[in-house]
Amino acid sequence: MVAEATATARVRSLDATRAWLERNLHSTSILDVERFSFYYGKEQALRDVTLGIPLDGVTAIMGPSGCGKSTLLRAFNRMNELYPATRAEGTIRFLGQDLLKADPVAVRRHIGMVFQRPNPFPKSIFDNVAFGPRVHGERGRARLAELVEESLRRAALWDEVKDHLKKSALSLSGGQQQRLCIARALAVRPSVLLMDEPCSALDPKATDRIEATTRELAQELTVVIVTHNLQQAGRISDHVAVLLAGGVLAEFGPTKAVFADPSCDQVADYLCGRFG
Amino acid sequence: MRKAGARGLLAMLRERWDRPLFFSLACASLVALGLILFFIFREAAPVLREIGLGGFFGRVWNPAGEPVSYGALPMIVGSALVTLAALLVAVPLGFAAAAFIAEVAPRWMKDVAKSVLELLAGVPSVIYGFFGLMIVAPALQNAFNLATGRTALTASVILAIMALPTIASLAEDALTAVPNAYREASMALGATRWQTIRNVTFPAAFSGLIGASILGMGRAVGETMAVLMVAGNAPQIVASLLKPVRTLTGAIALEMGETALGSTHYHALFALGVVLLVITLATNGAAEWFRGRLARKHGR
Repeated sequence: MVAEATATARVRSLDATRAWLERNLHSTSILDVERFSFYYGKEQALRDVTLGIPLDGVTAIMGPSGCGKSTLLRAFNRMNELYPATRAEGTIRFLGQDLLKADPVAVRRHIGMVFQRPNPFPKSIFDNVAFGPRVHGERGRARLAELVEESLRRAALWDEVKDHLKKSALSLSGGQQQRLCIARALAVRPSVLLMDEPCSALDPKATDRIEATTRELAQELTVVIVTHNLQQAGRISDHVAVLLAGGVLAEFGPTKAVFADPSCDQVADYLCGRFG
Repeated sequence: MRKAGARGLLAMLRERWDRPLFFSLACASLVALGLILFFIFREAAPVLREIGLGGFFGRVWNPAGEPVSYGALPMIVGSALVTLAALLVAVPLGFAAAAFIAEVAPRWMKDVAKSVLELLAGVPSVIYGFFGLMIVAPALQNAFNLATGRTALTASVILAIMALPTIASLAEDALTAVPNAYREASMALGATRWQTIRNVTFPAAFSGLIGASILGMGRAVGETMAVLMVAGNAPQIVASLLKPVRTLTGAIALEMGETALGSTHYHALFALGVVLLVITLATNGAAEWFRGRLARKHGR
């Protein structure tokens, strides 16, 4: 069942996944977080978080520094556990499958990630994008070239780099590097793309392009983005989750509704920029 | 007021004189190196006049024979053979140990492994020689049914063990210097830990790993006592690792005591020293260049 669900998500369109979700799980959430807590050693970073990440659109995770937004994002692709002495409680389901009991390597093939600072490998542009397919066993040259072009197009970088795919990725500008990292993640054909403050190291113009690309991508896959930029969350997200100090989920809902009428004072204060 | 003035004067003196002090200390080591080079070259130079370059790079080393002959090739080949065979073992093992320490081992095991490496590096070389003589030589003699267990292979095995700590700890430094962001990017793409090491960490650390191997090679080429004890020391050009060989270091250490000061033999031994010096300086220079390249690559 689990294999069928993920295979469905990979091969078919968002529509097919939606139909599958409704038929089998009677849900519209691709990721279901239930009473999830997370610890770094003795320190608790997330406290009893429950929410469902909708299949459609962009979901933003917001909150003041140190509230655990990145921890929540990294729980979705099991990146937290690369570091020692971490512990998780509760469940996260991905297309009905228990994410925390699955093989983390397999999870990361379905749930891609873009990091805060652009981190292309010190390899050529082509080799960066082809990295994922290659480690998953794709050896055919034509197939790789096809995947690289498709991914660079989806990340809106193709026109700028198509004539020098052999050049080092480190020769690109910061914004281009970040779009390359998006292309690299897309080349694995994930169902979900996690973005951890992807614009925080970029200038406004580069930020603009990443945001436009993100909106485009949300037509084809689920995007979850961590940001502490309120305007950015307002511009690009359909749903927003607000975490507050101590890793407590204070608010979750459609972005417009949350921004217009926050349910508690603390969230209202945060959204008005009074702290955080 | 006066107290403050005195302190100010002291501080001024310190600031005034610290630069010249450290500068002269740094110069002293350069001067020492220069003097060493000068005297070795001076003692080696008469070889050119007495037997010529062709004679020195001849195939027979026979200082006591009739006719007398000072061809250095047997020792050059011996050193090269023993060193390369040692690296063939020590480089893969050293890289594997480094990868384990840098990428896989949990904290406590990392600490244990690193102190074991330091311990290995600190064992006197004569002890390694003993070990080779008592354990490795008899074992090889039995295994290959040889007349003597003191062979090039025996020396290579001992040298491999001795070069291992150098290679492993420098390689570990090179791997640790690879930014974590690369590892995270690779893991997030669904690569396994092994795929990440092979496809990301090792390529990114490549120049540092080469530097580590070259420094390990310098260590092996220059080693004297342990090799002297187990290599068999026959000055012959061999095609097999199972024959005794004499190395450059071995020849100098063995023969320097029994030569007449100022004889051709004496000068020829210094010329062997020059060859050794050139090799070690070149390897160290190359290693520094590779390691510097790694540092530049990661922008530090």
